[in-house]
Amino acid sequence: MLKLKKSRANVYEPTLPGPENWPVVRLSRNRKEFIEEVIQESYHRIKQLRNTPEILQEEIEITMFRERLRIKENPWKVDPDDEMLFWNGVKNTLVGSLRKSKSKRNAVSEELLLDIISRYTNEIAGNFKPSHYRMARSLVTFGFSRLFNAARLKSFKGFFKGKLTLQDKINIVGENEHVRKLAKIGTIVMVPTHFSNLDSITIGFVIHTLGLPPFIYGAGLNLFNISVIAYFMNSLGAYKVDRRKKNMIYLETLKMYSNLALQKGCHSLFFPGGTRSRSGKLESRLKLGLLSTAMEAQRINFLKAGDVKPRKIFVVPVVLNYNFVLEAVGMISDYLSQKGQERYYIEADQFSSSFKILKFLFQFFTRSADMSVSVGRGMDLLGNYVDDEGNSLDRHGNIIQIEDYFKIHGRISENPQREGEYTRMLSDKLVSEYHKLSRCSASQLAAFTAFEQFRNMYKKLDLYGLLRLPIEDLIITYEDYKSEYKRRIEQIFGLEKNGKIQVANHLREKGLEELIEMGIKNVGIFHTKRPLLFNKEGNITTQDLKTLYYYRNRLDGYGLEKN
Amino acid sequence: MASRKTNKPVGVIGLGSFGTAVSNLLARNNPVVLFGRNTEQVLEIKETRTSSGQKLDPKVELTNDIEYLSNSCDIIFPVVPSAGFRAMIVMLAPFLKPYHILIHGTKGFDVNSERENINQEGKYLSRSEVRTMSEVIMEESVVVRTGCLAGPNLAQELAEGQPSATVVASPFNEVIQEGQRLLRSDLFQVYGSPDLIGVELSGVLKNIIAIASGAISGLGLGENSRGLLISRGMVEMIYLGRVLGGNTQAFIGLAGIGDLVTTCTSQLSRNYTVGYRLAKGESLDEIIGSMEETAEGINTVKVARSLAKYYRVRAPITEKLYDIMFEGLPPTTALQYLMKYPFNVDIDFL
Repeated sequence: MLKLKKSRANVYEPTLPGPENWPVVRLSRNRKEFIEEVIQESYHRIKQLRNTPEILQEEIEITMFRERLRIKENPWKVDPDDEMLFWNGVKNTLVGSLRKSKSKRNAVSEELLLDIISRYTNEIAGNFKPSHYRMARSLVTFGFSRLFNAARLKSFKGFFKGKLTLQDKINIVGENEHVRKLAKIGTIVMVPTHFSNLDSITIGFVIHTLGLPPFIYGAGLNLFNISVIAYFMNSLGAYKVDRRKKNMIYLETLKMYSNLALQKGCHSLFFPGGTRSRSGKLESRLKLGLLSTAMEAQRINFLKAGDVKPRKIFVVPVVLNYNFVLEAVGMISDYLSQKGQERYYIEADQFSSSFKILKFLFQFFTRSADMSVSVGRGMDLLGNYVDDEGNSLDRHGNIIQIEDYFKIHGRISENPQREGEYTRMLSDKLVSEYHKLSRCSASQLAAFTAFEQFRNMYKKLDLYGLLRLPIEDLIITYEDYKSEYKRRIEQIFGLEKNGKIQVANHLREKGLEELIEMGIKNVGIFHTKRPLLFNKEGNITTQDLKTLYYYRNRLDGYGLEKN
Repeated sequence: MASRKTNKPVGVIGLGSFGTAVSNLLARNNPVVLFGRNTEQVLEIKETRTSSGQKLDPKVELTNDIEYLSNSCDIIFPVVPSAGFRAMIVMLAPFLKPYHILIHGTKGFDVNSERENINQEGKYLSRSEVRTMSEVIMEESVVVRTGCLAGPNLAQELAEGQPSATVVASPFNEVIQEGQRLLRSDLFQVYGSPDLIGVELSGVLKNIIAIASGAISGLGLGENSRGLLISRGMVEMIYLGRVLGGNTQAFIGLAGIGDLVTTCTSQLSRNYTVGYRLAKGESLDEIIGSMEETAEGINTVKVARSLAKYYRVRAPITEKLYDIMFEGLPPTTALQYLMKYPFNVDIDFL
C-alpha cells in the first residue's frame, strides 16, 4: 500500500551560521534590559491612552475587578499561586488611596500601573536558551520522524528504521528560496493559517527545514501547563499569551513585547486568525492586534533609521494543507453551537494533563496522512509583494518606497488611526493570499462535492436541518458523484488559471476514478465515523455529516457553491 | 497633531465646471496647480483666465504637464467625468508616490466588464465588476490614502460665492483633516465622514433621482410629486447603496439627502435637465448631443439598473427610468406604473 522512498535530504543550509548571530539570542542575552524596556514603554503607552488620572484609575479598577473574577471563575493549573494575593493587594491599595489627597492618589495609581505591567511582562517574556533550543529541536525532529516511521510502516519496529523522515511526510512548496533571502536582509513575520494544535510544531519544523533562525511566537498559556512542554516552548522562543486576559493593560503590554522584539529584528510568528479555525474554513477575518505591532515597529524602524538603510519587515503568509485534522469533530460541533451565541463561549483548557497532550501528539503523528505546507511570497506591511532584495513592488513591478506611506507633509509621522487602517488593509490582503496559496487536493474536492450534492438534494432545509438528517437518507449514486466531481475539478482548474487557488500535483496526474477513490479514502481518514465512504453498492455515503461539513468548508469562499 | 505644513501647492485635475470651482475654493487658502489634458484649452485658459465660464483665482496656476503636477503637489483633487477617470489615473499613476493623497470629486461608476450590453437578461453586473472612483485609484496606482468630495455643490453657485458645504469622506482621519484644512473658509463648511464608499455611492446614485425629478417637471407636475419622488428615491438609493457596501448613515447626510434635494430642485443641474428634456419628448441621443458636459446620471441609470437586477433590489424608479431612456417607454406610462407599485411600508431600514 505504501511506496517507500528513500528520503532525499532537502533540508536547507542555515541562513545564519551560528546562534550568536541569531536576533533571538541577542535578545535573550539582554533579557533583563529587554523586559525593563517593555515595562517602561508599555507604561508610557498606557498613560498616553488613558491620559487623565481619573481614567487611569478607572482602568486599573476594571482590570483588578476582571482579574479577580477570572481567578475565581476560570482558574488554570499554570496560574501562579500568589495571584489572588497580588490582586487583593491592588484592591487594598486602591481602597486605601481613596482617603488621600488627589495628587497622592495619582501617584498611587501610577505606581500600581507599573506594578501590574511589570507582573504581566515577566509572565509574558520567553526565556530562550540556544543550547536548549538545539537540544529541543533535535529531540523534536528525531522523535517525530521516528514516530512517523512507526506509523507509516504500521509496526513498532519501524520506529528504529531510518527510512522515512519528516521531509517525506511534510511537503513544503512555494517560495522557499525567496523567504530564505528575505530572512537575511530583514525581519520576517510569518503568518500561517491555524487549523490544529499541532500547527506550531509543524511550523517549527518548516522554519528549521528552511534553515531559518528561530522565530519567537506567542503560545497559549495553557500549553505551559505541562512542564515537559513548557521546557520545549521556552527553549523554542515562545512567549506566553493568556487569552483569558482581555484587559487593556495586558493587551498593550503584550503588543509592546512583540513590537520591541520586532524592532530588534526577531523573526516572529503570529497566527493572525487568533484561534484554530473551528469551522474548517480558511481565515476570513484576522485579529489585528499583533499585526498592528508589526506596522508600528516598521514605522519606528523607518523613523529611527536616519541615514542607514532601515530594516524592513516582511510578512510571509503560510497555508497548511491537512487531509485530516484530529480535532475536527469537536471543533465543528463547537462552531455550530457557538454560532450566534459566541458571548457565552469560555476559553477552556483542553490540555490539562501531560497524558492528554502526549496522547494527542502521538495520535496526530501516527495517524496524520501526508500534508503540504504552502509558503507564500513575502510582502511589505502594505501588502505589496517584495523581490529577493526586499524591494517593494507595485502592480507593474516598479519599486516603491514604502516609508512614503508613513509620511505626511514630507515627514514620517506617528498616526495610530492611519496605521490601524493599513493593518486592516494588510489583513484583507492576507485573507486573499491564503485563498490563493491554499492547495486543493482530491480529498478536499471529494468532501466539497459530496456535501454540496447533499445540500442540493434537500434544498428546502437550512444547514441545521440538513445536519440533523438521518444518515440513511444521505446516499449519492456513484455515477452522479462522478459527473459532479468531474465538473468540480474543472471549476478548480478554472480558479487555478486565474491564480485564485493552487492545485496538488495528483489532481493533474491521476485519472478521474482514481482521484475519486483517493479523495474519498483520505477525507478525514482516521476518524472513527468516516465523513465520506463507499457503501456496499459502491455508492457514496457518510457516517458523520457534520465532520464532512468541516472538511467541505476548506473550499468555502471561492464562490463554488453558487454554481 | 499639527505638524509643520509645507507650502506645496494643491493639485486639481479637470477643467470642467466643478474642477474649476474646486480650484477656486482651494485657492482661497493655498496656491493651486490646475491640470488640463488638452493643450490648446490650457493655453486658452491661461490667456483668458476663465475656465468653464468661471473667472480663475490668481493663485491658480495652469499646467499641461502631469509630471509637474504630481511632483509639485502632495495632495491632488481629480475632478474628471467617470468615463475618463480610469484613463486619467493610468496616465497619472507612473508619477504618483505612496505619500500622495487623492481626494476626488467625480460622481459616477467605473464598469470593468467586457460585455457590450450590461443589461442583458441573466447577465447582470455584480459588485465585483463595478468600481467607485476611489477603488479605481487604489487599483491603478500606489496611492491608498484616498477620499472623496460630495455634497450640495452646484458649480455655478459655488462660483458666485454663495455659502455652501461639502463632505470629505475617507477611512483616514488625516485625509479628512487635510481636506478640511485646504477647503474650509467663511463661505464653505467641510464635514468629515469615515464611510468613503457610502458617500461616493450617495453622490453617484442621487443623479438617478435627479433625472427623474427633471422628468417630473417636464411632465408639468408639481411639488407633491417631487416630495414623493425625493423621499422614495432616497429609499431606493439606500437599498442599492447598502448592497454595494455603503452604510445607511451616509445617505441621510449632506452627501445624500443634502445633495439629493439640491439636484432635484435645481435647473442648474445637468442630470435634472436630461430628465426635463426627456419628458418633453426629446430623445436621449438628441439630448446627449447638445450637452457640453457629461450628465453622469445617464450611465449611472444603466449600471444601477443592472446591479439592482443582479441583487434583486427593489428599485422601481431606476428601472422605469431605464425603460424611458433606453427602451422607449413613454414617461406617462412609467408614471402610472410607479403609482401602482405596491409599497406597503414607508421606511424599514432605520
